[in-house]
Amino acid sequence: MQAGNLVLLLVALGAVFYFFGWRRSYAVSAPLGGVRHLHSLPGYYASLAAVWCVLPALALLGLWLIIDDAVIRTNLMASLPSSIQPANEVDYNLLLNQIRNVAGGALNPAFVPAEVVAAAEQLVAMQARNQQMMSIAFVSIAVLGGVWGWSRVQPRLRARQQVESVMKWMLMGSATVAILTTLGIVLSVLFESIRFFQKVSPVEFLFGLQWSPQIALRADQVGATGAFGAVPLFAGTLLISFIAMCVAVPVGLMSAIYLAEYAHRNVRAWAKPILEILAGVPTVVYGFFAALTVAPAIRGFGESMGLTVASESALAAGLVMGIMIIPFISSLADDVITAVPRAMRDGSLALGATQSETIKRVVIPAALPGIMGGILLAVSRAIGETMIVVMAAGLAANLTANPLEAVTTITVQIVTLLVGDQEFDSAKTLAAFALGLMLFIVTLGLNVIALKIVKKYREQYE
Amino acid sequence: METAQKLNDTAQTNPAARMAQEPETMNQRIPYPERTIGKPLCDDPKMSMRNVDVFYGDSQAIYGVDLDIGKNEVIALIGPSGCGKSTFLRCLNRMNDTIDICKVKGSFMLEQDNIYDPKLDVVELRARVGMVFQKPNPFPKSIYENVAYGPRLHGLANKKFELDEIVESSLRKAGLWDEVKDRLDQPGTGLSGGQQQRLCIARSIAVSPEVVLMDEPCSALDPIATAKIEELIDELSGQYTIAIVTHSMQQAARVSQRTAYFHLGRLIEVNDTNTVFTAPEHALTEAYITGRFG
Repeated sequence: MQAGNLVLLLVALGAVFYFFGWRRSYAVSAPLGGVRHLHSLPGYYASLAAVWCVLPALALLGLWLIIDDAVIRTNLMASLPSSIQPANEVDYNLLLNQIRNVAGGALNPAFVPAEVVAAAEQLVAMQARNQQMMSIAFVSIAVLGGVWGWSRVQPRLRARQQVESVMKWMLMGSATVAILTTLGIVLSVLFESIRFFQKVSPVEFLFGLQWSPQIALRADQVGATGAFGAVPLFAGTLLISFIAMCVAVPVGLMSAIYLAEYAHRNVRAWAKPILEILAGVPTVVYGFFAALTVAPAIRGFGESMGLTVASESALAAGLVMGIMIIPFISSLADDVITAVPRAMRDGSLALGATQSETIKRVVIPAALPGIMGGILLAVSRAIGETMIVVMAAGLAANLTANPLEAVTTITVQIVTLLVGDQEFDSAKTLAAFALGLMLFIVTLGLNVIALKIVKKYREQYE
Repeated sequence: METAQKLNDTAQTNPAARMAQEPETMNQRIPYPERTIGKPLCDDPKMSMRNVDVFYGDSQAIYGVDLDIGKNEVIALIGPSGCGKSTFLRCLNRMNDTIDICKVKGSFMLEQDNIYDPKLDVVELRARVGMVFQKPNPFPKSIYENVAYGPRLHGLANKKFELDEIVESSLRKAGLWDEVKDRLDQPGTGLSGGQQQRLCIARSIAVSPEVVLMDEPCSALDPIATAKIEELIDELSGQYTIAIVTHSMQQAARVSQRTAYFHLGRLIEVNDTNTVFTAPEHALTEAYITGRFG
């Protein structure tokens, strides 16, 4: 049976043992005079039986799936006749692929030596046997575990504590998966970046003013002098993010203040969800809105004023990105402003402050750390945003502060470097990982600062 | 009154209903007086309120209250929970304006000015009628800034030293100066509960109000801090007109010259504090101060 089917079967088995555990808990409690004489409620005994059925079997399945491929491979290769035994690792992988392709029907057996065909047949047989053994072992462990769990149902068994601790470990396991994934991503990016920095010096990468990620295939190739100075990319990213924040911070903050302090309940009830819909618009939609509507409009307007405006100006990308970020800021700011205790407002109003004075001098200062945290989160969102800039910002790595020119960003360059066929040992491709690492460090730093600020804010008016 | 009568009738004919009504019936068996007993009015009032009705949505919280608050006197508003004394207090500087569903009727005069006159500037009113709340609510700013907040809003000081003087004299009046003079730049929220409440009092007297309203200012404080606040109120009386809502009858007896007893939205009895506590005229007042309900 396939692993997926096995898991389905396991769910059914778990349910069966839950039922039996339930029944047995009632059965053992009957002579004592009812379930209240059990240590735990029947549900806990039933859950414990189901847990004993499910968890060991799942552990076995996981372990089996991890090692079975290696075991089969080793056995298969060891059983090959000496005439086709591979000499080195490359041959070994080649041969293994050949056998697998024949076994999978992707390669016509007529094109390969008879020994390989024989090996392929053997592989098919081994895989079938493996599948069979796995199913048998899996089901028997599940049943044995379930029976064991069922047989342990006794009035004195501390099932509640055991189920609770299983729950705790499961939750901890889920948290660990998330953390380990992050760690894995960081490490893989880190290692690839180290490879990049072996080819290009970190000093050039961090401080170079030229970005032209080309690697010559031949010595006489035209325009093949690569330059990996990331400063123009950082500058472009910062420029676009800056424009975005110039749009998003005032608009977001003011709309949050309006919604939290001035708007009537009814207005707030429909205005807030609508604002939050902005956050639900896919970024690709913002992207073509920026590229096809905003950018030409800005260029037309600029030209009518006698300015030279690039078709893919930083201004267009930044403006649209700013609109995208408004709901982040407004909804975070709205939360922290609403969280400022009413007593603060009353205190200020009772001293004869007007509503706007109260907001300016008491509410906003009290909420400021939280608002700052929200803004920093929005900045890291802006820096990492990809789709809008891929579509609306340029590809040319200009080092400029003029928002009417085309600039490019880190994310755009990562996309460009990794789209299409790649060789994974050239500095050109590896540069993407180095950029990704920098991006990660910057956004991580911003998030850490943001969280610190938000945390400090929580303690302020307690 | 009609409802009360009806409830009494059912209670007499139906023993079960009577049992269920027991805690209520005691209050309702005693009829409300036709009009407030004692001396609700005075000759030289600082504030005078007539025919005050307050509604929260459809339910009426205060029924036809007439009350004067004399110049530089301390008047205590007492009564069981939900009797409308805090609501009444909050009408006096229009803090109820911030509650959407709250409707206020009647006339409120602060000396010659009608408090609810649409032409009256509520900002100016609140500068004249300050308020101290139940829970100390210092702003998350420094001690200095907390006190300087009001004077800055109203432009009471042109120079830094003038502001310093206001801050110092307010803190002195609130009896807090010696405790905080070395740490004026530290956050007001770092003070103890009693100090915070005295800071709030300093904050409200920094704008030189004529009237200070106090809404159970000691209910969140320990006995020692409470004693300090009471001492402070005693010192402030004579300079300011003070209306204090309190749940503690001892407190009312200690700090006030007059006491007003509210019951379920009605002002039952107003008299000199001594009279109210030694010889209450109305049975409801007597029942309350002897602890039969509260």
